[in-house]
Amino acid sequence: MTERVETQGISGEHYNFAYLDEQTKRMIRRTILKGIAVPGYQVPFAAREMPMPYGWGTGGVQVTAAVIGKNDCLKMIDQGSDDTTNAVALRNFFVETTGVDTTTKTKDASIIQTRHRIPEETLTKDQVLVYQVPIPEPLRFLEPRETETRKMHALEEYGLMHVKLYEDIAKFGHIATAYAYPVMVQDRYVMDPSPTPKFDNPKMDQMEALQLFGAGREKRIYAIPPHTKVVSLDFEDHPFEVTKFEQPCAICGAEEVYLDEVILDDDGNRMFVCSDSDFCEERRDAGHVGHLGTNPLEAEGND
Amino acid sequence: MYVAVKGGEKAIRNAHKLMARDRRGDTSVPSLGLKQISEQLYLSVSRVMAEGSLFDAELAALGIKQSRGDLIEAAFLMRAYRTTLPRFGYSKPIDTAKMLIRRRISATYKDLPGGQLLGPTFDYTQRLLDFKLAADGEAPAPETQEFEKEEVVPRVTDLLNDEGLIEPDEPIAPDTPVGDITREPLTFPADRDLRLQNLARGDEGFLLALGYSTQRGFGRTHPFAGEIRLGEVEVDFFMEELGFEVPLGTMTVTECQMINQFQGSASAPPQFTRGYGLVPGQGERKVMAMALVDRSLRAEELGEEIDSPTQDQEFVLSHSDNVQATGFVEHLKLPHYVDFQSELELIRKVRKEWQEKREAAEQELVAEAAQ
Repeated sequence: MTERVETQGISGEHYNFAYLDEQTKRMIRRTILKGIAVPGYQVPFAAREMPMPYGWGTGGVQVTAAVIGKNDCLKMIDQGSDDTTNAVALRNFFVETTGVDTTTKTKDASIIQTRHRIPEETLTKDQVLVYQVPIPEPLRFLEPRETETRKMHALEEYGLMHVKLYEDIAKFGHIATAYAYPVMVQDRYVMDPSPTPKFDNPKMDQMEALQLFGAGREKRIYAIPPHTKVVSLDFEDHPFEVTKFEQPCAICGAEEVYLDEVILDDDGNRMFVCSDSDFCEERRDAGHVGHLGTNPLEAEGND
Repeated sequence: MYVAVKGGEKAIRNAHKLMARDRRGDTSVPSLGLKQISEQLYLSVSRVMAEGSLFDAELAALGIKQSRGDLIEAAFLMRAYRTTLPRFGYSKPIDTAKMLIRRRISATYKDLPGGQLLGPTFDYTQRLLDFKLAADGEAPAPETQEFEKEEVVPRVTDLLNDEGLIEPDEPIAPDTPVGDITREPLTFPADRDLRLQNLARGDEGFLLALGYSTQRGFGRTHPFAGEIRLGEVEVDFFMEELGFEVPLGTMTVTECQMINQFQGSASAPPQFTRGYGLVPGQGERKVMAMALVDRSLRAEELGEEIDSPTQDQEFVLSHSDNVQATGFVEHLKLPHYVDFQSELELIRKVRKEWQEKREAAEQELVAEAAQ
């Protein structure tokens, strides 16, 4: 993977394949290997400055750049969709710097980079799921100091987290964390799954695909190797529950998937549709129709 | 959103076109040349070079033009470019005592070897808008005079050091590796070389506010501006292959040595301590603030009580970088509707339960009142 590709998209300059130089990629791969060896442990790495802002996916982009090869097929999603603006921008970045094939179809992708969602379709052993992570430290909002949280992880000192969850129950009757819901990885490290909705948490458990997490600004990489135990934190008398939607997808009829709420008019009428746009499209192509039939927004000529 | 984001690709393209048009502004006004920026807005260029961590006035000028004068955005452009450059090695330490001085002042001595040299400064100007500038009037050229180029102007701290009144610079072994936060992740506690690198790249406004807070009593350090100097220094590089040093050229730097009171401790006699600031280009406000913050961050090493934000390494070093800060603050405008949806579901559920509980309580009250 040492060849250079023409990247006319970026000011006519020539950059290395996948933008990063080979030494940097090696450094990131070593970090990834360490992360895989110690599932759920946040490995510090010397994140580079990337040509997109910190907080906009620089960690995920660096991980993808380190593992991508010219035969890969990349899918890039944000909020479950391939068409969100930042997903479009990041996909273009890899098209320009690698020339690899891209796809919107989950099953055709060898690498899927995501922000805030795990695809609905079950991932396989030939796939890598790369998460963009803003704050990798699950204990950060309980203890702002890195020096302290690293100690807490080292000593497996997670009492503070359980107290927080318990206080939620005492106050609201529920664990009041709806996204970035903390998980325990292989009975050792408490890990932040990135701000995915807790609906997606069970998919992480025993997943066949390799899961890699990149936090650029915070300079951390962590990983969940295939077939690893991932358990959402809970209590015996308050077991973890996934979000349930009261209605199926309005346009493909899918149930037990994560839905986005779309406000339709000034009267506050709304519909719920699949957050995973590829999953929804596949279903509609296969002839499934929801209770609103076709997409009401498309029908109005809303391109 | 489901449908509204379709066509995102086209929207992005068009947004960028619109931005390019706005950047150019009225086309009947001549476009800015990079030379105009680097010559006439040198203090902006300096700030972008310091925070962008790359000494190249022309690239900084390009960044300023491209970013429409948004200096943080310009620093970001510099950083993103810098990260792609191959790293050949580290230069030899620059020697600011051998600086070709353009400005050098000390607030601690009336006169001193090398003299006070006011140089190019806003100090002592009347801050009155100069309407002659608006009318494009050219200022008269200053008079020039021959000078001794080879003169070494000793640093004030070296003069104090002769008497043992100020702590000496820590001796550093010649083969000590140079810390580099752009190559290794920052861990805490961070040594002073890494802290200084972090501060030199840090946001001027952030350091200014922190430095100011120490003056107002949040971790007071009793500072004196021992010396501020601005000028050109030679940069030398040791070539392994050749076995000797070669000069790479000169660079403009601004340096500040703060002298701070210190009561002494069991291990050190009462003496002055140092706070240090250095940036590429001309950045006097930045180096002064940096020196104040540097001194405050030495609290632990000097056995001082840590009770103010500026003394707190993790607080200062984790939040000083404006490229990181602006990225994370501004990422809030990215779509978050998946997380928001899960919050919506939760808050609806919790509110419903709250309502039910309240209604039940009200009914109970009514029932009680009826009895």
